[in-house]
Amino acid sequence: MINFDYVRATSAADAVSRIAAFPGAKFIAGGTNLVDLMKEDVERPPRLIDISRLPLNRVEDIQGGGLRIGALIANADLAGAPPVAQRYPLLGDALRAGASGQLRNMASVGGNLMQRTRCCYFYDLATPCNKRRPGDGCSARDGLNRAHAILGASVACVATHPSDMCVALAALDAIVHVRGPTEGRALALTDFHRLPGDTPDRDTNLEPDELITAVELPPKGFAEHYSYLKIRDRLSYAFALVSVAAALDLDGDRIREARIALGGVAHKPWRDARVEDAMRGEPANAATFGAAAQALLRDARALAHNAFKIDLAARTVVRALTQAARGTPQSQTDKRIG
Amino acid sequence: MTQLQTTEVPAAKNPSLAPPDKLAVTLIVNGVEQTLRLAPWTTLLDALRDHLNLTGTKKGCDHGQCGACTVLVEGRRINSCLTFAVMQDGARITTIEGLARNGVLHPLQQAFTDHDAFQCGYCTPGQICSAAGLLAEGKPLTRDEIREAMSGNICRCGAYPNIVAAIEQAMGRT
Amino acid sequence: MSLSAPTCIGASVSRIDGPAKVTGAAKYAAEYVAPDLAHGYVVTSRIARGRIRRIDVSRARRVAGVIDVLTHDNRPQMAAQDDAYRDDVAPEGAPFRPLYNDRILFSGQPIAVVLAEDPEAARFAATLLGVDYDEEPHVTDFLGQRDAAVAAPKGAFGPPPARGSVETALEAAPVRHDADYYVPAETHNPMELYATTAIWDADGRLTVYDKTQGVQNAHTYLCGVFGLKPEDLRVMSPYMGGGFGSGLRPQYQVVLAVLAAKALRRPARVVLTRAQMFELGYRPAMIQRISLGADADGTLRAIAHDAVTMTSRYEDFYRQETGWSGLLYACANASYAHRLARLDLPTPCDMRAPSAATGVYALECAMDELAVALNMDPIALRLKNYSERDQHSGDPYSSKNLRACYEQGAEAFGWAGRAPEPRAMRDGDELIGWGMATGVWEALQMSIGVRIVLSANGHAEVSCATSDIGTGTYTIMAQVAADMLGLPLQDISIRLGDSTLPRSPVEGGSWIAASVANGIAATADAIRADVLRLAQGLPHAPLAGAGPDDVELAEGCVVSRADPSRRTPIADALRHARLERIEREHLTEFAAPKLAHNTHSAVFAEVRIDEDLGLIRVTRVVSAVAAGRILNAKTARSQIMGGVVWGVGMALHEETLIDPAFGRIMNANIADYHVPVNADIHDIEVIFVDEPDAEINHLGVKGLGEIGIVGVAAAIANAVYHATGTRVRDLPITLDKLRR
Repeated sequence: MINFDYVRATSAADAVSRIAAFPGAKFIAGGTNLVDLMKEDVERPPRLIDISRLPLNRVEDIQGGGLRIGALIANADLAGAPPVAQRYPLLGDALRAGASGQLRNMASVGGNLMQRTRCCYFYDLATPCNKRRPGDGCSARDGLNRAHAILGASVACVATHPSDMCVALAALDAIVHVRGPTEGRALALTDFHRLPGDTPDRDTNLEPDELITAVELPPKGFAEHYSYLKIRDRLSYAFALVSVAAALDLDGDRIREARIALGGVAHKPWRDARVEDAMRGEPANAATFGAAAQALLRDARALAHNAFKIDLAARTVVRALTQAARGTPQSQTDKRIG
Repeated sequence: MTQLQTTEVPAAKNPSLAPPDKLAVTLIVNGVEQTLRLAPWTTLLDALRDHLNLTGTKKGCDHGQCGACTVLVEGRRINSCLTFAVMQDGARITTIEGLARNGVLHPLQQAFTDHDAFQCGYCTPGQICSAAGLLAEGKPLTRDEIREAMSGNICRCGAYPNIVAAIEQAMGRT
Repeated sequence: MSLSAPTCIGASVSRIDGPAKVTGAAKYAAEYVAPDLAHGYVVTSRIARGRIRRIDVSRARRVAGVIDVLTHDNRPQMAAQDDAYRDDVAPEGAPFRPLYNDRILFSGQPIAVVLAEDPEAARFAATLLGVDYDEEPHVTDFLGQRDAAVAAPKGAFGPPPARGSVETALEAAPVRHDADYYVPAETHNPMELYATTAIWDADGRLTVYDKTQGVQNAHTYLCGVFGLKPEDLRVMSPYMGGGFGSGLRPQYQVVLAVLAAKALRRPARVVLTRAQMFELGYRPAMIQRISLGADADGTLRAIAHDAVTMTSRYEDFYRQETGWSGLLYACANASYAHRLARLDLPTPCDMRAPSAATGVYALECAMDELAVALNMDPIALRLKNYSERDQHSGDPYSSKNLRACYEQGAEAFGWAGRAPEPRAMRDGDELIGWGMATGVWEALQMSIGVRIVLSANGHAEVSCATSDIGTGTYTIMAQVAADMLGLPLQDISIRLGDSTLPRSPVEGGSWIAASVANGIAATADAIRADVLRLAQGLPHAPLAGAGPDDVELAEGCVVSRADPSRRTPIADALRHARLERIEREHLTEFAAPKLAHNTHSAVFAEVRIDEDLGLIRVTRVVSAVAAGRILNAKTARSQIMGGVVWGVGMALHEETLIDPAFGRIMNANIADYHVPVNADIHDIEVIFVDEPDAEINHLGVKGLGEIGIVGVAAAIANAVYHATGTRVRDLPITLDKLRR
């Protein structure tokens, strides 16, 4: 970890002006990912701007429905917030599926959005990594890539985004509110993270001088028919091999609207609007779910060690949709898959 | 070619070699207010262990992957290795050293002893602080819920069933 | 001796070191302080093989707070001969010498240690070293080297001699099973980071607080490496945050800490990172080929067990994986082979039940496959070939109650309700599988010294240079001493983990409990004789004429066994002789046992597997263990339970991943190297079957540290087969392997 200096922002405006004034500076909130990466020397910010005390930790109803979630609320608090439990339980479950009780007490919503990949080559400074230093090459492409991307990867990078929360937010059509030095703007969650392309060093479309202030959830919460199903190598405290956030709006046994987001398979939470559109009006049954899963994975490409993820992802999609349709979401404590 | 041991990222090609500016940090640790002068890069864990000699809080991985460093900040369990002490200025912190009262073990400490919920003892302070934070959340817990909620605390000796039993005993008492 | 009615031995006693551990008072190696302490941060090699051409330390030295940077160029003097670096458990070869020269033997090798006033400055400066390497091609691909492996040298751990004619017997056998079983490299990952704090005293002597399973092994090693006089060095390790074999050999941080202390003439501490600990040693990856031949009724006719294991290029580490197969079951024909693949990696080391955890895994999976081929119940197959004798030596056992393990384990598990066909048991979307396996380990004992100081006030201090790495040694020592000295448990204090105490072997191989318990008993015999002699010096001595074997120590008195009313308080006996205390130090040696001796277990596992997704849950394990006399029912159960948790990890989670392109371990952290977490572990039932053993040693103790893991991975693998009909022969059994 390099020698850095530390300042505490007094307001969102102060935070943004401070970061604009000091190239390379980084915001720190919960610290759970940034401190880890600083200890690994993957992140070397010369200045940290502490935003953890800014009053951006409220969960507020939006007139006409919807929920505005302050960017600095802790993951655990958000998971336990009554409006989330009642109206957006998919989000609560995704939050509970991630990390550990301690980490969820620390990690902020904004930090979770900014979480960087767990690719082992990204973490090991003795190996080349385009995400860490563009042009060095990707060690994972021909290396140990069992955990890597099957969708949307590029020659330059096959890393995946590790968040659970973002997968649920993607399914819920969340909107990310950010504030820059001169103005604010809003990005769809699905446009917030990027595919690696030839610029894998950029995880998101956030500008370096922008601060995430809030995440907005549209009114539709799919509280009756949803499931967050995370498959991992041990039963807790592990990143997803594949995770699925499934949400259904049903009219009897017909699908009025379907949302499916996948985690652990791409550089961003993966959604495919065409697949969801095709489910509209179809019966909520195994045939529909199976077809959707196949369509979602149609363009999946395997590396040497992760071919299993294509089939696993398809099966997980079907199962999560089945749980959602039944109204029996996956428990995040009983590890039996319902 | 000379290679740096670490591949530098552009942000800080030439980090400052000068001494870090130390900041005054006040921590209320186990009820005692302590003011330290700390560099920003000192984590809460290292402040406790190296500066306050409260070595009951353990370093098992230093990356938030094992839970041995768990302490309570304002009553909430966190990994003290992943927060800088300066960020906790003014916070109330409870460590394993602060749980016993007047020489009487905290019910969790007693239950861990009764149920042999540890072997080498190194993860134990973190397990106990984590369990204390969990119980403070005040929810009734099934056995599955305890297992899940305690999964952020790795015990390599494999005392998990005894840890669950100890927490159940303490729940009955508190 | 109060063995007639032991009150402490065997009882369910809570750990006497428990209060220190639950309050945070117990101090581990990195937690000793001294004024002026220098902090060391290790820099490691990023290449796997070659030479260091140059290390540029100039930028690192300019970091505020940095005191010095030690490399092979400027370190203090170290010994030049291999012998100096060989320790009690070193394999054959040329031991690794930290910071000795420019040679790179493995990626992650320490090449420098940065010393600073605070650990953060040292860590920062460590990133600023510029290193030139002359890189050479490396080889770390174990599977690729299978055919290039060389025969393991003959030695203590070489394969046992073959018997009969395996080839002929295999050819003639009506039922055969042949398969390869793969176990990956695994890493111990004790919770405590490896660390050493080295502190000078006023007289220029060094006290080294080290994370080690053998303070005297480390002491001897350091004296050799640094040419220190034994009396000028003391190695301490009163608490150790887990070892599991990784601390049997002195690890490199102890050398670096002493180098630092010598170079700076200051106290110094070196703490490794979790990632650096992955280079300290590991359970070697291995491929084992098992061939079994049997008659249609299940009688084994032939066992062949060939192993290829990995080692470094500088030491030949190997253990006797193959021998367990020929030992356990009655079989006239058995053969073994062991080859080594030498790779550009650090030397492997012992890891919980070395050789048995892995060798018996392969054997017991193969036995399960043979049972399927024979259409036989897996327990019936094992009982059919049950051996009352050690199959290598032909000797009968001092005790072997494995039969009771099968019976009581099966009963507790409900094995009789098992549907024999795979995929026959399910609960909704979950397939249920029940599997079992046998476990076996050695029952070893080593020469050990014990000192007892018995005070007139009724307190006794018992000391030995052994370790308690979480095994419960403190507690069982106190229990044995309490019974042998006839004192309440709370009046016994224990000292261990100090190289100045009476001689002890390293804490490993499950031998400490038997060794130290009998050592205490033997030393207490001498104390008893002393007390009796003093008691007989009293006027009108009630015990006049009694011999040492006629009396016991009980209730703070020396008491006639024949007539308990004839007694003298220990305090009276000592005070009459104007003694405040009596002291005895005794070295207990164990004659080579005339009979065969092992511990055994039968392990039963239930798995539930989501049929569609392959997610595996181990929902129940029953481990029935035959290990002689159990010294502490509570801590013994914990030992076995911990072994079972390790077995779950071995079966489902653990794998040290090496990228052959870089020769580096790529999951050198405990987020990516998975060990079981609380949610992975469900019901574990531990049964100790009666196994009185009057032959093995005076107390009939066999030891428990290893037996708990042996057989667990096989029982789970067999359960996975029973659930799914898919046989996975390469660990860990991750869900993707169920669908290849």
